[in-house]
This record gives sequence, C-alpha cells and structure tokens, in this order.
Amino acid sequence: MNILTYLIPISLLLGGAGLAFFIYTLRTNQYDDPEGDARRILSDEYDDKPKQD
Amino acid sequence: MGSAITPGISACPACDAAPAAKALAEKDGGLEDAKLALSLPTIHCAGCISAVERRLAEVPGVREARVNLTLKRATVEAEPEVTAAQLIEALEDTGYEAHELDAATLSATQTDRAGRELLMRLAVAGFASMNVMLLSVSVWAGAADATRDLFHWISAAIALPTIAFSGQPFFRSAWSALKARRLNMDVPIVLAIVLAVVTSLWETMLSGKHAYFDAALALTFFLLAGRYLDHRTRAIARSAAEELAALEVPRALVVADGETREVPAAELRIGDVILVRPGGRMPVDGEIIDGRSELDRSLLTGESLPVFAEEGQSVSAGEVNLTGPLQIRATAVGEDTSLHRMADLVAIAESGRSRYTSLADTAAKLYAPGVHILSALSFLGWLLYSGDMRTALNIAAAVLIITCPCALGLAVPAVTTAASGKLFRKGMLIKHATALERLAEVDTVVFDKTGTLTAGTPELTNLPEIASEDAALALALAQGSSHPLSRAIQEAAQAAGIAPAEIEGLREVPGFGTEAQLEGVTVQLGRAGWVGAEAGAGTSAWLKKGDAAPVAFRFSDRLRDGAEEAVQALKASGKQVILMSGDTTSAVAEMADRLGIEDYLAEALPGDKAARITDMRDAGRKVLMVGDGLNDTAALTAAHVSISPASALDAARVASDIVLLGADLSPIADAAETAASAVKRIKENFRIATVYNIVAVPLAVAGLATPLIAALAMSSSSITVSLNALRLKG
Repeated sequence: MNILTYLIPISLLLGGAGLAFFIYTLRTNQYDDPEGDARRILSDEYDDKPKQD
Repeated sequence: MGSAITPGISACPACDAAPAAKALAEKDGGLEDAKLALSLPTIHCAGCISAVERRLAEVPGVREARVNLTLKRATVEAEPEVTAAQLIEALEDTGYEAHELDAATLSATQTDRAGRELLMRLAVAGFASMNVMLLSVSVWAGAADATRDLFHWISAAIALPTIAFSGQPFFRSAWSALKARRLNMDVPIVLAIVLAVVTSLWETMLSGKHAYFDAALALTFFLLAGRYLDHRTRAIARSAAEELAALEVPRALVVADGETREVPAAELRIGDVILVRPGGRMPVDGEIIDGRSELDRSLLTGESLPVFAEEGQSVSAGEVNLTGPLQIRATAVGEDTSLHRMADLVAIAESGRSRYTSLADTAAKLYAPGVHILSALSFLGWLLYSGDMRTALNIAAAVLIITCPCALGLAVPAVTTAASGKLFRKGMLIKHATALERLAEVDTVVFDKTGTLTAGTPELTNLPEIASEDAALALALAQGSSHPLSRAIQEAAQAAGIAPAEIEGLREVPGFGTEAQLEGVTVQLGRAGWVGAEAGAGTSAWLKKGDAAPVAFRFSDRLRDGAEEAVQALKASGKQVILMSGDTTSAVAEMADRLGIEDYLAEALPGDKAARITDMRDAGRKVLMVGDGLNDTAALTAAHVSISPASALDAARVASDIVLLGADLSPIADAAETAASAVKRIKENFRIATVYNIVAVPLAVAGLATPLIAALAMSSSSITVSLNALRLKG
C-alpha cells in the first residue's frame, strides 16, 4: 500500500492543476464570448492578442 | 446588484431600470469617456467579426475594437474626439447595421460578478466531489481498516474547506430565511450538508464504516449547477434588457450663450434651455419657449393623433417632437419628471409579484417540514430502539441526504432554462423568474392599442378615392416634411406609382403643415383647422388648393406584424381577448372590429385600465396585459403577468415580466403554449423526484442506506429530471 503515498498526492495535484487552470481562464474573461471565439478560429487573420480588459 | 446571490423570486427588475441613472450620476464627465459600445444586430459569422473589426480600426483615432458575437456588440477604445456617429457611419458603409449603446448603462453591470462567483464555487465543488468520489469508490470496493480510515481522512480534508467555500450561497439564503422565521428549500439542504459532514467526521474519528463526504459534495455540486442555470437564464435576460435601455442614449442639447452643447441628460438642471429637434424625445418636463410643432404623446396617453404645440405650452418627458425644432425650459429634471415618477410603480410591481408563490416555493413549503419531521422521527425511533446516539444520528443524516432536494433544486431551473432559451430564440425575453409559471395560468388577454397592436406609424387608407392630380400635389407637398402623416402619403403615393406635381416655394409651417405655390395659387397640406376644414373623427390631413374645398386624406394606424395571428391564436386557445385604449371610441371600435375582438374599452385613463384589470383579478381571472405606454404601466403592474414590446417606454418595459424583442406580435401565442408545456414538465419533474424519495426513504429509515445507495439515488434522479427538461416542446 506504499504506492498510495505517491498516487494520492499525484492525483490531488493533477486535479488541483486542472482547477487552477480553470480559475485562470475564468479570471481572464475567456467565457465572455463563447460564440465569437468558436468562429474566430475560422478567421484567416491571425489573432495573437488576447482580449485586454 | 451583484454581491448577494439571492435565489428565487428576487430577480430585481427594478435594477434593470435604475443603473442608467445611477451609473451616470456616479460618473463625472461622462462625455470624456473614450470607450464606446455599439450594438450590431445583424452580425452572425467569422467574416462579420473580422470585417467589422477591420473597418472600425480604420477609423482615425480608434485604438482598439473588439466584437463580441455572443452579445452582438462591439466595444471600441478611441481618442476622445471620436464619436459613435462616425463609427456607425463607417459600419453602415460596409453594410452592417449599428446602434450606439450607452456605455454607462452597460458598464453598470457588465461584468457578471455574481455569475462568475457561482461558476467558481461550482468548479471547486466539482473538483472536490470527483476526488472524493475516487476515494469513496475504493472504500466501497472493499478498502478496510487503516486504508479506509486514511481515505476517509483525506476525503474530510478535501470536503471541509470545499463545503465551507462552495456552500456559502445556501448557508446565506438559509440563514436569511431562518432569521425571517420562514422555511425555504435551502434550510433542509444546509441541514443535510452540515449533518452529513458532522456525522461523517465523527464516524471517521471512530474509524466507522460509512462516511458521507462524497454525498455532501455531490449534493453541493448538483445544487450549485441548478443555481447557476437559474442565474444564467436571468443574466441573459438582464443583459438584453439592459441593452434595450442602453439603446436610448440619454443626451440632450443645451442652449447656453448662443451655443448648443451636447450633455448627458442626467446633468440637466431646472431652468436649462434645451433644444429638441424633430424626431427627438423630451428629456425633461418643461415649457416651450420657442418654436411650433406637433407632439406625439401616444406613449404617455395612448392618443394616436399628434397634438399641436406652441410657445407657453408645457411638455412632459417622453413626448416625441414631430415637426419643428422646439426650445424648452426645464421645469422638472431627472427623478422629478412625470416619466420618472413611474419608477415608483416598479416598487408596486415588486410587491404585486410577491403575491405569487412559485411552484418551487410551494413544493418547499410542503417538503421542508416533511423531511425534518421524518428525519427527527427516525432519530428518535432509533435512539429509543437501540439506545445508541451514534446509530441514531447516522440514520437521521442518511434520511436527510437521501431526501435532499437535489432533483427538486434542478427540477425548476432546468425547465425554465430550456423554455427561456426557446422563447429567446423566438424573440421573447423572460425577465421575471416566475413569469413562465404565471403565463401558463392566463385565461384573459388585454391588449393596448396604440404602439402595441399598431406599429405606431399611420397608413393612408383612402388613396383610391382621391383624384390623381390631387394625389400628385399632396405627394409633392408631403416631400417637404418628415411628419409621420407626410411620410405615409409619400409611401402610399410612391407605391401607387404617382409622380409628384411641379410646385414652387415649398416650405414647412411647423405645427400646421406644408405649403407651396402651384401656378400662382397657394396650395396647403396640413391640419384641418389650418386649411379651414371640419376636423373629422379619425386621423386625417387636408389638401387645399386655392379657394377649392379641402380634400381629406384619411389615415389609420398600421397593424403590427403578427397582431392578427396573435389575437386569432389566443382566441383559438380559449382565452378571452380585450382591447383597452386611451384613444377615441371610434378608433378603438374600428380596431376591435378589424381584429375580431368583441370586448373593448375606449378613452380609458391609466387608472381605468388598472381598475378594470384589478376587478378582473378579484373575480379570479388571470390577466395577461400587453402594453407599451406610460398609461399602461399601472395596468401592467396590476395584471397577473405582462408583456411589452421592445419599442415600449422604459418604464413600461421595467414594469412588465416579458419583453418582445422583435416587431412581430405572433410569438405571444407561442409563448403561452411554451409556458403551459414548461409548467407541465416542472410538475412532472416534481413527481419523478417524489418517486425516487418514495423508493429510497424507507431504506434510509430502516437503516439500510449506504453511501453508495445515496450516491446512486441522488445522481440518477438529478440526471432524470435534467433529461426530462430537455423534452420541452414549443
């Protein structure tokens, strides 16, 4: 059962990283225009500037 | 409005109206603001986004332009001298319709903080419940002794902070309900969560077999999902309602020292001289000091005939100036204008709405005491039977968890989200949380006439009876004015292929009409009194050629698109349709006849309309009021449920539960159908949730429920009600 000492922290860490990433996307207004973002990917113009707020 | 997340009925339509003024008041020097917002109703694709952004960036002085396709809006950052009019013109060149939005009104609630906060809590609860579920599955799969205890302790370490953070909306709402000595759905929820965590912690300390950490977290997660759905539905409605308010940019032209300046309407003071151009709306109450014109007062009184206006006459905010420029001196500004006094009615609307108990509250009233009594009884029963406090408490917690209204918490929001989304795509905005439930009960529909059933634009009716040379002359005269009646003549004559007569010296006499010379004879087109004719009952303009008898051009109000269909469909579904208007009896009778409405009320004062609706309400009828004017506001608030078109006055839109976004009236009948089907689904969902309880509760009371059974019952009932909500037709 010693394997648990690695596996449990690893699973918590990975989950925590996912949560932290989600919070980052939420903080940077990435859910403000879901429809527009889905279409922008089809645009030929390279859009390298994220939305400034 | 953002800080407190108040569930249930308190959606605060009042806030929809208030931010405009409030934001303007808070902001000094609103005109220096270089952030402009444009509404772009026609954009729909990737090509539109890049075309609009590219075109806007080409306008000199624009620093950055960003399109939001979801909201169909563009935000532009620019040098102070760039005006919205320039940007709109630039976009119209490329073929995109654009309207200015008042940035102050929008920014008041632009970042949906409450929604973001809920989403954050939801994400944390989701993360935690997944991890704890992982550990719980190992326990259910047979982990024992020290391993099981370790897993329980780790679960506790995750669950306790998560619940403390994610459960806050429930704790707050339950606390405020208890403080007011009421029970709402959140009281049993909080009790279940807290009891589950406490007993599980106790069990873990004593190395017990069962811990309900996963159930407590899953419960929080599902309930937050329901709460978030509910919030989103209302946030969409609120942002669209805000956009409507922001479309009317509150600015006014102030004349001072021979100069005209544009200032925000909130900065107007009593005694300011304000210039109102033809087509403009009065920003304040005041007195005309210069100019002659006609005023369209239909939004305030329901009269379809324009009223003559000259020096010395008083005007009210909200009236529309039709023909000549007017200078008015402000006598009441801002909150004191007659228009704003209507804001008081919003408070009445709120209190009126609270008479209605939503289905969810009715369910909570039956449900909350029921589960509390059941859980207390099982606690007492087991305490007496086994004499063991620990067993008894464990079973009481299991009963609360199993009965916890996961499905009930999702049953209503899942259906209203689906229904509101459907109606939104048809152009209806559901502003009030219980509007759909109330709409489903309606048996009587009351329509206002001017501006609601009619489009508010006149239509020439007797063109075939008019001699063609008279029509040609009238067309030539009508071209000298932008008065609605002149425009109606132009439209009708051009559609009939009539060419304008050759006239000289065409000029507009504001407030009266237009006149010109035809082969040395004076010709006039205008008001009956001005050309020396006898004014009839309906709306008419008169053409006078020299000394000849005046010729009448008669008009009727154009029906709004879909008005006939809406009335037919409502009658077909067995509802009584009534027409109420402040207009003259003849005009109202004609309209009622045209639409096949038997019951009508003409020359009604605002109080009459409201009184009649209150009478009907007292007689047990459920009235749907559809209206747009200031004179309808009282009636809109008195009715069981109310609808106003997007063109309605701000006060009327605020007072109503549903706003029609398009010009078409036909969605009203669809909405009634969708609402009925939504209520059916909600009730079905309640029944499904009850069935789950009937199966699972005896197990819990008998002490047979394990955390695994609780998890299964909870998840499957939540998923079933969500899927059932998707079956919504309409």
